Amino acid sequence: MSLLAEMNQKALGLGIPISVHLDITYRCNERCIHCYLDHDDHGEMTTAEIKDVLNQLSDAGVFFLTLSGGEVLMRRDFFAIVEHARRLLFNVKLKTNGVMIREAQARRIRELGVEQVQISVYSHRPEVHDAITKLPGSLKRTIEAIRFLKSQGLKVVIANVLMASNLFDNTGVMALAKELGVSYTLDPTITPKMDGDTSVLALRIPGPELKQIFRSEELVGNVEAFCAPPPTPGEDIMDGLPCSAGHTACYITPYGDVFPCVQFPLPSGNLRRQKFAEIWQNSPQLNEIRSIRGRDLPTCSSCAHVGTCTRCPGLAYMEGNMRGPSTADCEKSFQRTGIPTANMLFRSRGSSGVPLIQIRAAAAL
Amino acid sequence: MYIARSSAIAARLIGGEMMIMSAVDSTFFTLNEVATVIWQAADGRTRLSDIVALKICPEFEVDPAEAGRDAEQFVSELAQHGILVVSEQPIASTPPPEAR
Repeated sequence: MSLLAEMNQKALGLGIPISVHLDITYRCNERCIHCYLDHDDHGEMTTAEIKDVLNQLSDAGVFFLTLSGGEVLMRRDFFAIVEHARRLLFNVKLKTNGVMIREAQARRIRELGVEQVQISVYSHRPEVHDAITKLPGSLKRTIEAIRFLKSQGLKVVIANVLMASNLFDNTGVMALAKELGVSYTLDPTITPKMDGDTSVLALRIPGPELKQIFRSEELVGNVEAFCAPPPTPGEDIMDGLPCSAGHTACYITPYGDVFPCVQFPLPSGNLRRQKFAEIWQNSPQLNEIRSIRGRDLPTCSSCAHVGTCTRCPGLAYMEGNMRGPSTADCEKSFQRTGIPTANMLFRSRGSSGVPLIQIRAAAAL
Repeated sequence: MYIARSSAIAARLIGGEMMIMSAVDSTFFTLNEVATVIWQAADGRTRLSDIVALKICPEFEVDPAEAGRDAEQFVSELAQHGILVVSEQPIASTPPPEAR
């Protein structure tokens, strides 16, 4: 086990939120067609409120802090926030579109000791990238920002969200990342909007094309191993946790709402009314999430993929049941291995998704 | 020898262990209890020998000479990764980062 994995395990045992994603604004200078946010300001936390939240997160033991949005640089106090976060010794990662980053901003980010900057690039072709962001000239600005950040010696990662509109441009974006000397990560997940609007899901990559992506050696490494049938799940999987959301990680909106994860919009408390520690320790919503184990998932626990699926509890929640399947992940498991998921089989039989016969066991008291 | 915590790091005390990551090369460290005491006392104004004599020896009941050697080795290793700044003179700089 790596040192980092050991610390994660320790944080889990101690109930410490080692990782927090804080969106400091939902305002943005781009209008990406797949975005799950609305970009109006409904009363963002002030600089003082955010600094107070950061103090509380530091006291709670948070180590990894992701600052995102919206576009983080839309806030005039962005650098004051980062400066405060670094004074508190967080490991700070930024997510940005880079459009507002010029040489001076890149230098300041480096001076503040930011660990990593993740920048969204949708295509190496301006006409495709700019059509997704709806901001003419945005790819040019974004690439310039990456060069400025790189010239400061910063670690930069290009995040390539793949959807129907930029299908197969991943190869071009990977080549661009290589040319720029930065890392590359691909994400084929399109999530419903925070308000429950699912219209953006039409942008998801269709199944056959997803299958093709999963067979790209440059993306997945060993294709045979990646696409292998899942092994029989053991008891450790049934006793395991679905993911880190609510266990060692959580998400905070610009309005102080606390959710288990950015993809899991279950309101669990608000930092304008409660202290972070109180929410983290006592929120009934977070405690409910913490009680869920693999065996508690009515459909997924009977699925062959349960041990290897990327099932997102947040996406399942947005589909109506946090213990249910996340159909986007069912599709990924199927396209990866060619083996239908339990959810697919139940659906094809016209079932509600709940097995006809269920056996539940509990330890004797 | 004077030592000061670098500002190019991330750090947090997790269950009695100090977790540190270098922002320069992303090297990750955890410090045990004794190393954590030295790291927290590294304010740039206190000599390493005083940290050992005043904070380590009485607290952990260790031999001063042995503790001194171990402390110097520890400081040298962290300095190589840019986690600690070492100087023969007091290190006057911006206020040391908060180590909560």
